[in-house]
Amino acid sequence: MVAFILRRLLLAIPMLLFISFISFVIIQLPPGDYVTAYVAQLRQGGEYISAVQEAAMRERLGLNDPMLVQYWRWITAIIFRGDFGYSLDWNAPVSSLIWDRLAITLALSTASLIITWLIAIPVGVYSATRQYSVLDYVFTVFGFLGKGTPDFLLALILMWIAFVYMQLDVGGLFSSQYQNAPWSWGKLIDLLQHLWIPLVVLGTGGAAGLIRVMRANMLDELGKPYVETAYAQGLSERQVVWGYPVRVALNPFISTVGWALPALFSGDVITAIVLNLPTTGPLLLQALKMQDMYLAGSFILILSVFTVIGTLISDILLAWFDPRIRYA
Amino acid sequence: MTEQTLAAEPINAKKEDLYSAKPWQLIWRRFSKHILAVISLWFLLILAFCAIFAEFVAPYEPFKVERLRTMAPPTGIHLFHEGQFVGPFVYAMERTRDPETTRVSYEPDTSEPLPIRLFVASSDYSFFGLFKTDIHLFGVEGGRRDQINLMGTDDLGRDVFSRLIHGARVSLSAGLVGVAFAFVLGLTLGSISGYFGGWIDGAIQRLMELIRSIPTIPLWMGLAAALPVVWDPLIVYVLITFILALIGWTYLARVVRGQFLALRNEDYVLAARLSGASEYRIITKHMLPSMTSYIIAALTLAVPEMILGETALSFLGLGLRPPVVSWGVLLQDAQNLRSISLAPWLLAPGGAVVLTVLAFNFLGDGLRDAADPYGQ
Repeated sequence: MVAFILRRLLLAIPMLLFISFISFVIIQLPPGDYVTAYVAQLRQGGEYISAVQEAAMRERLGLNDPMLVQYWRWITAIIFRGDFGYSLDWNAPVSSLIWDRLAITLALSTASLIITWLIAIPVGVYSATRQYSVLDYVFTVFGFLGKGTPDFLLALILMWIAFVYMQLDVGGLFSSQYQNAPWSWGKLIDLLQHLWIPLVVLGTGGAAGLIRVMRANMLDELGKPYVETAYAQGLSERQVVWGYPVRVALNPFISTVGWALPALFSGDVITAIVLNLPTTGPLLLQALKMQDMYLAGSFILILSVFTVIGTLISDILLAWFDPRIRYA
Repeated sequence: MTEQTLAAEPINAKKEDLYSAKPWQLIWRRFSKHILAVISLWFLLILAFCAIFAEFVAPYEPFKVERLRTMAPPTGIHLFHEGQFVGPFVYAMERTRDPETTRVSYEPDTSEPLPIRLFVASSDYSFFGLFKTDIHLFGVEGGRRDQINLMGTDDLGRDVFSRLIHGARVSLSAGLVGVAFAFVLGLTLGSISGYFGGWIDGAIQRLMELIRSIPTIPLWMGLAAALPVVWDPLIVYVLITFILALIGWTYLARVVRGQFLALRNEDYVLAARLSGASEYRIITKHMLPSMTSYIIAALTLAVPEMILGETALSFLGLGLRPPVVSWGVLLQDAQNLRSISLAPWLLAPGGAVVLTVLAFNFLGDGLRDAADPYGQ
């Protein structure tokens, strides 16, 4: 097991380096660079900058060096000093911008993953044990609808309902009066009032697919002889269902945690832009549009690190959870 | 003797029919049992018809600005005028402006019904460059401002329904073109991976894992942001679909590889090999035909991913941009709370996305179930 974890960790390193390189190159792909985008932005505001100033700016920011040199500077600083570079657009170190937002992204993703499971497992079990009942059909319809609705559309609709019919102040994580206030009960309640929309949006999207998976797995398991045996032994339905088939049917949940993470991050990026949440999404979008490659590259790199770690954890969990699985 | 055969005839005929049916007949029979999939197929065919003949189906031009009909709500369709049945008709809308808030509102003018007519003459368009015509599928006759807006109008007074129909052309074809790119990539790499095995298989598998492990939307965003704004919309369109395919092919490649691995050890492949068939003949004559149905099902299931991807990117302003009309571009109008609360009908393209994605999912499920007509 230890050897397996070590090997996976070692494999992850070249993979992450590769991802970091690809994302750095992709961000640099558009013709022009940060200075071009910056000058264009100034021009929209009616200001002008001379060609000499432009050239000086490029020189100062090191944008004239070949791309490989720029990448090398960036990646070595991350590895050896934990320094993610300097955001050109924000005029501040990347690390001062991203960690708060990444923490919120991670917290939101984890919370929505838990919500996904809290919805998907009981509903899937119910649908399978009461197959073709009215509620089973209701859940099936819900599952398909959730699968077909883009995250941002669901966010828009919920935002609209909350605003028009519930008179709630939506968007962001706090109302304006609590934005900079110290923590209090009022602030916590305010946070929860804002938090439910992103959580519902992110949670239902994932739950919709998992309900189908859980239902299908449960139906496979319920027909097996060991379930019959358990009933024959006189166990109650609750004891049988939750004691045996559910535990087997949960396997795919654990093995797909790793994939759930990139999906959640993706969903979070776009939902956050719609709902104006202080997570990675809006900042990443802005950074990409401005060709702020250190900021955008760092985001994509760190999100990928989370994903790789998530996949590793799910593999370990699976081995621990299902004794039939052995890693040689 | 003759009596006996006659009595046994009905059952035998039924069985014989089943045994002698061609594979595609069996597939079709099984598919048609999946009612949702059949409904989805019809829905998508109608949608495709609307998309192809958008100029004809849409009552108005997608870019026609009507300054005195901005943000009009969907026109209600009535059947009874003053207690009398007159067939489907609409009322003309009276535009008023609140003097204090300057907010525009519309009141139906119930004095006179405007009947909805089929094949009415309206704006000119060129029918695929073949001939010029002005016949539209439906519309109302009357003044320039007597319009039927099934889904209201946007802030420039453009008919949302007409724009949605025109957007269907771009959004649907983006999904299909994207899948076509993904199909080429997936089929090539998947079959190489599955057929040769060994280190090539390993390398391609690692590459697929790598692509799967990058969060999709940020990667799409990065790639899409790399396309310059000034490029021709058509080139941007092709590149966007290609970007979608760059990530989407992994799923197809996995299906193809799995099929190759499973079929390689089938008895009939061994039989063909023993009778001296060449590798090329085995793959094209024996293996590929038995995979086609699976591949078609997988392709159908991949389309909604592409459509959702295009919509998301265009919505963020990174994909297709106006003047191109796609569902994602249309949803940009519904981006902020103010416009949705004033004009909820701007979300209609979102409804179209959901229905289309669902239809493709059901169709794909139906095809997947029918793909193996000999099982069970």
